[in-house]
Amino acid sequence: MEITDAQIEFKDFNFYYGKFHALKHINFKMARHKCTAFIGPSGCGKSTLLRTINRMYDLYPEQRAEGQLLFDGRNLLASEIDVSVLRAKIGMVFQKPTPFPMSIYDNIAFGVKLHERLSSSDMDERVEWALRKAALWDEVKDKLKQSGMSLSGGQQQRLCIARGIAVKPEVILLDEPTSALDPISTARIEELIDELKAEFTIVIVTHNMQQAARISDYTAYMYLGEMVEFGVTDELFVKPKKKETEDYITGRFG
Amino acid sequence: MQTTGFTSSASSKLGDRLFGGLAKSFAWLTLILLAGIIIALVYASWPSIQAFGIGFLFSDAWNPPMEDFGGLIPIYGTIVTSVIALLIAVPVSFGIALFLTELSPAWLRRPLGTAIELLAAIPSIVYGMWGLLVFSPIFAKYIQPALQSSIGHVPVIGKLFAGAPLGIGLLCAGIILAIMIIPYVASVMRDVFEVTPPMLKESAYGVGCTTWEVMWGAVLPYTKNGVIGGVMLGLGRALGETMAVTFVIGNTNFLDSASLFAPGNSITSALANEFAEADPGLHTAALMELGLILFVITLIVLVVSKLLLLQLAKGEGTKS
Repeated sequence: MEITDAQIEFKDFNFYYGKFHALKHINFKMARHKCTAFIGPSGCGKSTLLRTINRMYDLYPEQRAEGQLLFDGRNLLASEIDVSVLRAKIGMVFQKPTPFPMSIYDNIAFGVKLHERLSSSDMDERVEWALRKAALWDEVKDKLKQSGMSLSGGQQQRLCIARGIAVKPEVILLDEPTSALDPISTARIEELIDELKAEFTIVIVTHNMQQAARISDYTAYMYLGEMVEFGVTDELFVKPKKKETEDYITGRFG
Repeated sequence: MQTTGFTSSASSKLGDRLFGGLAKSFAWLTLILLAGIIIALVYASWPSIQAFGIGFLFSDAWNPPMEDFGGLIPIYGTIVTSVIALLIAVPVSFGIALFLTELSPAWLRRPLGTAIELLAAIPSIVYGMWGLLVFSPIFAKYIQPALQSSIGHVPVIGKLFAGAPLGIGLLCAGIILAIMIIPYVASVMRDVFEVTPPMLKESAYGVGCTTWEVMWGAVLPYTKNGVIGGVMLGLGRALGETMAVTFVIGNTNFLDSASLFAPGNSITSALANEFAEADPGLHTAALMELGLILFVITLIVLVVSKLLLLQLAKGEGTKS
């Protein structure tokens, strides 16, 4: 397995919560316009790893990262990186839907307004574009002025994906995006992720191994802060190279 | 004791009923008290209402020997000092709360929070004495001349800062009130900001917000009910504050300029100053009517804040 077109690369990357060494010597690449999944038992560091990519840990003073995290060759850990610009390039969706307390339209426009000055007709277009990309347009086009909170859980989560897409990022980080959703909403989000791969690099953390197997191109299995195995999803699930990985995916452990 | 099946014992049922009844009666008690206060105020101020009618609100007369009373000056003083207090206290409190929840290093958070809560525990008479003896001389010597020589030259607004820098007056009272209500407003704001789900904040950071944009664009809309509640708590206290204001407002029923430097009077300080020596009859009735008016102002503030919340709820879109 060789990733030729890498967008993100971790090089001897370490992460600490205070004194706790949460991620140990992470080395791997993520391919452009592919879906990479992180799996592993709770507390293994997969969410932590995801949250380093948009430097969300910056909000918490006791958390710090060492090593190199390259995004198109630039080290994101460098102090001169403007995290606001970085986070516009790298969108994020959380475990639970987090619509802002405002209308559906404003939820999408909110992020766009931070970075661009658009005329109202351009903004209308952008909102429609993002909602279409998130496969939500047909359901909400007649009620854009309604509160984002009035939607169902699955719709809210797609609204959050649309909100991330609207600022035209290159990467979308998904932190267990379907863990609070019912099976039908989950299936819709999974379909959506498959479509979004054409334009965005997708990174997803999931508890659900079937989900990783269904939607990802590459999978990383993590355990106790270490990346045990990383490879093409089909290979990793069919014939894992490491015993630990096999134990986890066959359900003997985890 | 052993219970069989699903029947509860008679004593526990009785206890539940007793407790329910007790709680209900307490709730009713507040309503009865409220009604009682309104009735008592209207009854006691009735002679004044009859004598002066609606004109009481617009008359600046206050002449006990001639038995000619009007509430304009104390009403004006109460409203103006409270508005000044809010204009100063709300932005400052927002800044304090923002700092405490988002920016402050962890070791500073607790001592600073406690210090702000302690400010709220200082008795109002201490604020009054401090205002009169310490703050107002400094205010007259440095701040008022500075205001006069800067904003004082702006047309229209300049009129608010005209006149002799005496220290005590409406502006001084407003500032002291602001200092007094900041702890309330700031600690309510801090509490509601703290209960904002971290995931919501992270979502806002996640689309590329700066700290300010997160607070203004996501946290404030999310917490607006609580924030407005805090502001109203502060306003309620500013409207009703008596001792501190009485010390620094000047206590004159004479007002001939728009200047905020001018001494004035507020409803509560008029009541505090005159109640003891008021003759029974029209003078007491007029003071009672002032009390009634203060009650009505508070009620209006409450209604306006509810309407404001409804308006804001409309702004965020209807919830189906």
